[in-house]
Amino acid sequence: MTFEKILTRYQEIPGYTGTIDEYAAHGGYRALAKALKQMSPAEVVEAVKRSGLRGRGGAGFPCGVKWGFIPKDSAKPKYLVVNGDESEPGTFKDRMLIEEEPHQILEGVILASYAIGCRRAFLYCRGEFVRGAAVLRQALDEAYARGYLGRNILGSGFDLDVVLHRGAGAYICGEETGLLESLEGKRGQPRPKPPFPAASGLYRCPTVVNNVETLSNIPHIVLRGPEWYATIGPAKSTGPRLFSVSGHVARPGNYELPMSVTLRQLIFEHAGGLPNGRRLKAVIPGGSSSPVLTEQHLDVTMDFDSLAAVGSMAGSGAVIVMDDTTCMVRVGEIVSRFYHHESCGQCTQCREGTAWLHKVLRRIEHGQGRKEDLDLLLDMCDNMKGKTICVLSDAAAMPIESYLKYFRDEFEQHIRERACPFARGMGD
Amino acid sequence: MISETARRRFDALIGRYPEKRSALIPLLHEVQAEVGHLSPEAVDWVAGYLGLSPADVMSVASFYDMLSLEPTGKHLIYVCQNLTCTLLGAERLIRHLESRLGVRIGETTADGKITVKRMECLASCGTAPSIQVDGVYHHHVTPEKLDALLDALQRD
Repeated sequence: MTFEKILTRYQEIPGYTGTIDEYAAHGGYRALAKALKQMSPAEVVEAVKRSGLRGRGGAGFPCGVKWGFIPKDSAKPKYLVVNGDESEPGTFKDRMLIEEEPHQILEGVILASYAIGCRRAFLYCRGEFVRGAAVLRQALDEAYARGYLGRNILGSGFDLDVVLHRGAGAYICGEETGLLESLEGKRGQPRPKPPFPAASGLYRCPTVVNNVETLSNIPHIVLRGPEWYATIGPAKSTGPRLFSVSGHVARPGNYELPMSVTLRQLIFEHAGGLPNGRRLKAVIPGGSSSPVLTEQHLDVTMDFDSLAAVGSMAGSGAVIVMDDTTCMVRVGEIVSRFYHHESCGQCTQCREGTAWLHKVLRRIEHGQGRKEDLDLLLDMCDNMKGKTICVLSDAAAMPIESYLKYFRDEFEQHIRERACPFARGMGD
Repeated sequence: MISETARRRFDALIGRYPEKRSALIPLLHEVQAEVGHLSPEAVDWVAGYLGLSPADVMSVASFYDMLSLEPTGKHLIYVCQNLTCTLLGAERLIRHLESRLGVRIGETTADGKITVKRMECLASCGTAPSIQVDGVYHHHVTPEKLDALLDALQRD
C-alpha cells in the first residue's frame, strides 16, 4: 500500500533540517497566507469541522467542534494551549514532530489561534524534551523574525504571541486540565469538569487545548481543503495518523498511515513482524492505557471506532508488540507501577486503587499471590472506573482487566506455582 | 545565591505570562540549574521572589520528577523503566549501572559525579532501551555502550 505522506513528508526531502527557509521553500506557511488573506476565522473553524479531524492526543474528540465551543461574545482573552507533554507509555510521535517539523506545528498554532481569536498561545513542552524545547525556541525566533508571529502578521492586522513553556516531569500534565493547572504554576491536578476549558480554562478564560499532532494537520487542511482531507482513511477517522510502533518488532518506529490500516499490516508489513521467529502474544494498540489485544484481533482497522468496537481504544496511536516470551503478570506489574507513580493523589479511588493494583500484581509476579487475588484485582478495577475527576484511574484499571480477561491462566499459574513461570525473559 | 544576570533573566521570564505564578515551574528549573538542587534556601528565595509561601512552592517542587529537593551528582542519568524499554533490557542496564557504580538506582556516587534515576517513559520507545544523560538521549543502549558513556563521565 503506498500512501502519500503528509505530516512527515518533509523528512523524505534529502538534506532537510527543518529551518524556516526550507519549510517555506517546500510549501510551508502558504496555508497561513491563504487563511489570513482569503478566509474569515469562522471559515477556518468550518473547514476543520468539515475535514473530520479528530484529536490525536488520546480522546479523539472532533477538533473543529472543540474550537466551535469557544464563545464568540466573551470579553475575556481566549487562549490556545498546545499539549506537547507527550508521555503516554509507548508514544514517541509528538517528540519527533517537535524535533523534526517545528514550523508545521507553529503554522498550525497560528491558524488555530486565528480561528478561535487567540492573541497569546502557550506551547507546553514536556520537561524531558530538552532538545525539543531548544528546537521550538529556535523555530519561534525564526517565525518572529520573518513576521509570522508578533504584530500584524503578514499585513493582516492579526497579532499573536507564542510562549514556550517547559514542564517538569509529570504524566498527569498531559490531561488537559492538569496541564492548565501546571501552566498556572501549580501541581498538575486535574480540575472537575464542567466547566470545560472552552468555557473556563487557562486563567478562567475560554481555552482550547490541542495536541501537537492534531495541530500539525491544520496547515494541510487549510491549504488543500477539507474535502481532500476527508477522503483519507475511514469516514469517521479521517486524515493521516502517526503510529508509534515499539517492542518486539523488527523495525520499530513512527509510521504515518491512514487509519484504514489493519493492526496486522502495521505490525507485519510496516514494522517488519516479530524478530527471532517468535510468535505474537499480545499487543497494546493505543498506549499503555488501552486494553490489550491478541492474535484474534489482528484484522481490526486502526480507526477510533473499530478499536472501540473490539473493546480497546485508539488512544495515542502507540502500538506495543509483545512476543511469546513476555510475562503478562510482569507487564501488569510495570504498567500498574507507572499509574501508581503518576496518580496525582487527589481522588481516593485512584490514589489507593493504583497503589493496591501495583502491590497485588507485584506479589503475584514474585510468587506470593493468593488465590483470591484475581477477584480482588477485578473488584478494585471496578471501583476505580468512572468515579474520579479525570480518567487516569480508568486508564490504570482497564489494561489490568484486559490482561486478566485474555491471560487469566497465566495469572493462576503464577499463584499455583508460587513463582513466575517465565525465565525472567523480558530482555533480562 | 542568585546572580544579578540570572535575576534579570527571571524578570523577563515572568513578563511572558499574564499571571506571574505561571513562571513558577520554569523558574524552579532555572534556580535548580543555578544552585544545583532546590535546597530549602532556594525554595525560600523563589517564594519571596514570586510572593508565595515557601510551603506553596514546596508543594509544587515536590510534585514534579525533574525538580530535585536533594543534591544530585554533576551528571544525571535517567534510565527509562517503562514497558517497551523493559521488554528490551532496561532492568539489565539498571543492574549494570548499580554494579559498575557501586550505588543503588536513585543514588549518587560517593565522588558526587553521577546520579542514576529510574524514569517513566521517555518517549523514545522506537529506539529502546533508551536513557538520557544530562538531557541527551542515547538509543539502543547495551551494557557495552553504557560502559563507554560512564568512562567519559568519570573522566570529566
